[in-house]
Amino acid sequence: MAIDSGRLDELNTAATLAQGVHIDALDDQTMVVNMGPQHPSTHGVLRVVLELDGEIIARATPHIGYVHTGIEKTIEYNTYMKAVTLTDRMDYVSAHINNASYTLAVEKLLGIEPPPRGQYLRIMLMEIQRIASHLVWLGTHCLDIGAMTIFFYAFQQREKLLDMTEMMAGVRMMPSWIVPGGLRGDAPEGWLERGKDFCDDFPRAMEEIESLLNANPIWRERTQGVGMIDIEDCLALGVGGPTLRAAGVEHDIRTAVPYSSYDQMKFHVPVGQYSDVYDRYRVRMAEMFQSREIIKQCIEGMPSGPINVDDRKIVPPPREELDNSMEAVIHHFKLWTEGFHPPVGEAYVPLESPKGEIGFYVVSDGTNRPYRAHMRPPSFMNLQALSKMAEGRLIADVVAIIGSIDIILGEIDR
Amino acid sequence: MSVDSVITAPQAQSLEAQKIVAQFPEGFVSESVFRGDTRIMVERAYIVDVCRLMRDDPDLQFNFFGECLGVDYLDKFDDHRFEVVYNLSSVVYEKNGKKFGTGRRIFLKVGVPEDDATVPSVVSVYPGASFPEREIFDMFGVRFQGHPDLRRILMSDDWVGHPQRKDYPLGGERVRFPDGKFGPSVGEVAVSHPGESYYGKTGDTQGEHYSRSRTPTPDKGPGTEQPPPAAPGEKAQG
Repeated sequence: MAIDSGRLDELNTAATLAQGVHIDALDDQTMVVNMGPQHPSTHGVLRVVLELDGEIIARATPHIGYVHTGIEKTIEYNTYMKAVTLTDRMDYVSAHINNASYTLAVEKLLGIEPPPRGQYLRIMLMEIQRIASHLVWLGTHCLDIGAMTIFFYAFQQREKLLDMTEMMAGVRMMPSWIVPGGLRGDAPEGWLERGKDFCDDFPRAMEEIESLLNANPIWRERTQGVGMIDIEDCLALGVGGPTLRAAGVEHDIRTAVPYSSYDQMKFHVPVGQYSDVYDRYRVRMAEMFQSREIIKQCIEGMPSGPINVDDRKIVPPPREELDNSMEAVIHHFKLWTEGFHPPVGEAYVPLESPKGEIGFYVVSDGTNRPYRAHMRPPSFMNLQALSKMAEGRLIADVVAIIGSIDIILGEIDR
Repeated sequence: MSVDSVITAPQAQSLEAQKIVAQFPEGFVSESVFRGDTRIMVERAYIVDVCRLMRDDPDLQFNFFGECLGVDYLDKFDDHRFEVVYNLSSVVYEKNGKKFGTGRRIFLKVGVPEDDATVPSVVSVYPGASFPEREIFDMFGVRFQGHPDLRRILMSDDWVGHPQRKDYPLGGERVRFPDGKFGPSVGEVAVSHPGESYYGKTGDTQGEHYSRSRTPTPDKGPGTEQPPPAAPGEKAQG
């Protein structure tokens, strides 16, 4: 059906306002299909406007912002210490890593570094979180593609990791345990043994999952050769993490620019070859085993000693001291009401999150509140590659591609 | 802006700054180093050229577009209100037997005045700048010239104002009650808490200058109820 140009202008105005799409006059074959924001495969509330030529995708435009909560604005109105709790809510399946990215930026401003035990506990928490985040990805990604059983197996393992976080911090998902100066508390009795038990059981559980997927013809059909993107496009779009490694780039911030004490850990960076959905799956599976190696090294080499920096202007005194030291009471009160004042400056520390490079850009104006705190959101940048990956593929592949780049809408919208 | 050391054109120290001075002498403004990170301030008209130089120069090879972000400094500087910070890094990788990348990281900055809040878009150099530039436009109202699709990204399309600006109050939205009347916003009734002053020091009046005087008074609709003046020390109700 041909459309006259006046009518087309009218349609285009309406379509641009409503959906941000443009209807091409020459090609009346394309059709616009809306996907989301409540579609179960979009991992939250992501809306994708698909322009279709038959069943082939001509363009995929993501629309975001449905769960925007203004976290960056809110951080500007909180002290440095209070702002830590807000960072959990960004990427809600990898809270420890968010805490660490904010904390390391603030520590860079302050010019401090926690003692070895604090650093090892941090690494352990971050690696636990990495496995937990990858397990959420594995479960939901397989669920999207139609392999429902994996979801239950993956969440069974994740439950053990969340139990460990609960044992340490008292909460499962929003711990705020890594704070400027160190950690809120030391590992409880039996915590390291729990970690050891997990490491012992984990390979068997993963073998079970892999045996269901690796040689499964349906899984391979749905994932191999789907959503390919080359290295240069990945880099220019700011796409990092497992998606970049699946393209064959051996780039991991933990080895490229080691933070905390990652330079003391022995592990290797798994890379893919074909940059498709299947390679991203293989890379993430291999990463979970590497994280397990790091956890084991942490447990074996766990140093003794303090976990926090010895500076009462940054870290509150222990509870026992408050009963018999007036100075401790003053420090406690000043720290939790006023907080600390980092020097004027700007700091950014890149970290490797389960999704890619994460980091907080914190601007200090010398007061007790961040003047500006901005997170580099890895999922937000990775989502830009969606159109590139989906062009020329079928609608069903979009579901697999969205799953493979592992997006978390809480972090995209912040 | 960092104060550790500010270096001007003749003494440009880092490799990146030297390259910029050699290629675009008018484009270079200053260089500063804070805790080991180099930040180079460039003229905003040159940002696209400088980004292209950063990407294509064989000694630099900044192939990875980290992000760009906006900062609102209000009237801290004479010549600009906003700053856009570009975070570029060079990822080391090997392809077809050739090595790429240096592993360095650089922060480029441009100053943007309030009355002419425009910056040339770097999407043509780094396609990954698309979403971050839309976010800066959404949050700060800085327009990126040449951006293919400059729309709001996080706020809704009909939103008025740019929320991350420092003169945009937190909780600035007035509450609408079922009878059609509007209650006060959180910002209008907020009382600073004793012992926890906004600007960190008790009795610091700089804070007043920063936020209160620049807060636009929301225009009162016909059904608006003025909030009763809060008694001193009384906890405000949001």
